[in-house]
Amino acid sequence: MTEPDRGGKPQKKTVGENLSLGKALNHGLRRSLENDSKVVIMGEDVGKLGGVFRITDGLQKDFGEDRIIDTPLAEAGIVGTAVGLAIRGYRPVCEIQFDGFVFPAYNQIVAQVAKMFYRSKGNVRLPIVIRIPYGGGIGAVEHHSESPEGYFAHTPGLKVVTCSTPLDAYTMIQQAIATDDPIVFFEPKRRYWEKGEVDLDADLASAYPLHAARVAREGTDATLLAYGPMVRTALDAATAAAEDGRNLEVIDLRSLSPVDYPAIYASVRKTGRAVVVHEAPGNLGVGAELAARITEECFYSLEAPVLRVTGFDVPYPAARVEEEYLPDLDRVLDAVDRSFGW
Amino acid sequence: MANGEREVGVDAPAGGFVQLLTPDGERVDSVTTADGTTYSVSFTDDEYRELYKDLVTVRRLDAEATALQRQGELGIWASLLGQEAAQVGSGRALRPQDMAFPTYREHGVLYTRGIDPIMPFGLFRGVDQGGWDPNEYKFNTYTIVIGAQTLHATGYAMGITMDGKTGNPDGEAVIAYFGDGATSQGEVNESFVWSGVFNAPIVFFCQNNQYAISEPLERQTRIPLYRRAAGYGFPGVRIDGNDVLATFAVTRAALDNARNGQGPTLIEAYTYRMGAHTSSDDPTRYRIASEVESWKAKDPISRLRAFLAKQQLADDTFFAEVDEAAKTLALDLRERVLSMPDPQPVSLFDNVYPTGSPEIDAQRARFVEYQASFEGSDH
Repeated sequence: MTEPDRGGKPQKKTVGENLSLGKALNHGLRRSLENDSKVVIMGEDVGKLGGVFRITDGLQKDFGEDRIIDTPLAEAGIVGTAVGLAIRGYRPVCEIQFDGFVFPAYNQIVAQVAKMFYRSKGNVRLPIVIRIPYGGGIGAVEHHSESPEGYFAHTPGLKVVTCSTPLDAYTMIQQAIATDDPIVFFEPKRRYWEKGEVDLDADLASAYPLHAARVAREGTDATLLAYGPMVRTALDAATAAAEDGRNLEVIDLRSLSPVDYPAIYASVRKTGRAVVVHEAPGNLGVGAELAARITEECFYSLEAPVLRVTGFDVPYPAARVEEEYLPDLDRVLDAVDRSFGW
Repeated sequence: MANGEREVGVDAPAGGFVQLLTPDGERVDSVTTADGTTYSVSFTDDEYRELYKDLVTVRRLDAEATALQRQGELGIWASLLGQEAAQVGSGRALRPQDMAFPTYREHGVLYTRGIDPIMPFGLFRGVDQGGWDPNEYKFNTYTIVIGAQTLHATGYAMGITMDGKTGNPDGEAVIAYFGDGATSQGEVNESFVWSGVFNAPIVFFCQNNQYAISEPLERQTRIPLYRRAAGYGFPGVRIDGNDVLATFAVTRAALDNARNGQGPTLIEAYTYRMGAHTSSDDPTRYRIASEVESWKAKDPISRLRAFLAKQQLADDTFFAEVDEAAKTLALDLRERVLSMPDPQPVSLFDNVYPTGSPEIDAQRARFVEYQASFEGSDH
C-alpha cells in the first residue's frame, strides 16, 4: 500500500512497522526533509553511498545533491559551514562518520555552535543537529568505538541526546531537527541493527518529550541508570536479576544535557539504590555527575552509595579485548550485588 | 603602455601589488595584472572626499577607543591603526545585500556598513559578548578564535547559492576577513577547499598586517599569501592595503565576480599594524622602530590627503572640518561608552538556549535566592 508523494518517493504505509534502529533514523530524517525544505544533510559519504552505516540511504536520490551534501573530508568544515548555513536560515544535520572523528570539529562545536546564541544575546539561533554514531562492541579499529558524550554534555549551550530504541530514534531525530537548540545526537552504533515497533505516522507534537527520561522497565528494588547502547545491557541485567528475585527499575536517560533529574530522583527515592552504567571512562564522566546529584537530592532515601559501571580509564582498547572493557550484564549485576551488600 | 598605467604580475615578487594611489598621492590610472585583469576606479570629487572622511573618522574613533582603554574604561582594545584603507576600501566595495564576516578588528568595515560605531564596545568594555543580530546589519558578530569565521562565511555563501541568489548583478556575495596569522589555521584552509569545491560566492579578504601578535609573516608562510589561492583553484590578488582606491577596485571586482557566479577570490591586502596587537601587547619587544617609521611613509590617510590637495579637490578648511567632525563623533562615542550600564548579574543566565533549560532555570533561581540572602542587598 502506498500514499501520495510528500516530496520524496512514495512511502510504504508502515504503521507499527518492525524497523531496525538505523532504518528508523533513516525514516525520521526523510520525514524531516519532507516537512521542512530548509533541512539539509551534510557529511562524508552521506550521498550516493548513504553513509557508512547507510543511515542516509536513498535520501540523496530523492532529495537531490543540494540537500544531501557529500562534503569534503573535513569535520571542522562540516560543522563550520553548517554554522554559516544556519545563520542564513537553514537547518543543517551534520553526520560525523565515527565518534573518534569528531575532534577536528571540536572547536567549531564547542567554541562556535555552543556559544553563538549567548554571544549574540539571542539573535542567532543555530538549529544544527550533529549526529555521531558512538560506542563500541563492533570489533573496530582505533577511533571507531569511543564514547565522547561527556565532553559535549559538559559544554553549556549544547544539548545532548541519545536514543536506545527504534521508536526513539525515529521521533528523537525529528525533534532534534525541529528544535532551535543545537543538538549533539549520539547514535548507539552497535544497536543500529536491533529492531522494534515504530509508528511512522505518529504525530510529532504528541511524541514523548525530547529531553525527558523514560522508565524502560519498572521495578522496586534498585535503579539502573543507562543511556544509548547500555539500555539494552541494563534491561538484560534486570531480566537476569528478576530470576534471582530482584526487581530492578531501568531508566533510559535519553537526554544528557539537560538531564531529566526529577525522573531520576523519583525512581531512586522509590528504590533506595542507584547504579549508573555507561561505556565512557568513569573518571569525571556522566556517572560522576549523576552520583553527585543523587547524593545531594536523595541522601535520606539511599540505602547504599551510588555505584558506577563504566569503561575503564584507558584509551579504548583493541577489538579482541573490548568485551572486557565494556560494561556487560555480569558487571552490572556485580554492582547491583555490591549495592545490596552495603 | 600609456602613461599612468602599470602592469604587475599576479606572481610578482614581494611588494608587487595592485596600487592606484602611491604613497606620495599620485594616481595610477589603471593596473593590469598578469592574468589580464585591469583594475581602475572612477570616483567623483565628492566620493574621493567621502573616502577621506571615512578614513579620518575610523582612525579618530580608534584613537578614542585606545584612550578609553588606557583610562580603564575598556578591558581591551584591538586597534585598526594603519589598516584604515584596507577596511574602508573593502567595506565601501560591499553592496547592501552583501554579508561580512569580521574578526574582532574590523571596526572600520563596521563603520562603512552604516552601523553605529558603539556596537562592538560592549564586547571590549566587558558588558556583553557582542550581542548584535548579524542578519540585521549584514555584519556577523565578532569572532575571536582565529579563522573560525571563514567557515561560517563559506557556509553562508553556500546558502546564497542554494537560495538561487547568484548568477546575476543583483546577486549576493560574502566577504570573510582574517589576518596573516589565520592563514595557518586548518579551518581557513578548509574554507578555501570548500569554497573552491562548491564555487561559493565569497571573497577572502586577508589583511596581511605583517604580524600575528609577535610572530612575523615568515613564521606563517614561505610564499606570498595571495599565491595560496592557486592551490585551491581560484584567483589570488595582492593589493596595496594602504591604498583605499586599489582596495576598493579589487574588492568590488571580486565581489561582483562572486555574485555573478564566478566563485571565490583571495585578496591579500598588504598593510601594516601600526599599533600593538591589542592594548595588552608590547610591540617594542619584537619589532624595531625603523620598520614602523618606514611604514609611516606609506600612511593610507596622508596619501589621499596629498592627492586631494594636489588635485585641488579639498583645502585646509575641508581637512579641518573633517577633523572636527571626527572629533565630535569620537567625543560622543566616549560619552556613550562611559554611560554603558553593567549588566544585571542575573542576566548571565540569559540566552544560553533558544528553548531554555530546566537546569539553567534552577541555577538562576538559586542564584537569585543567594543574592537576596545578603542583608540590604539590592540585587
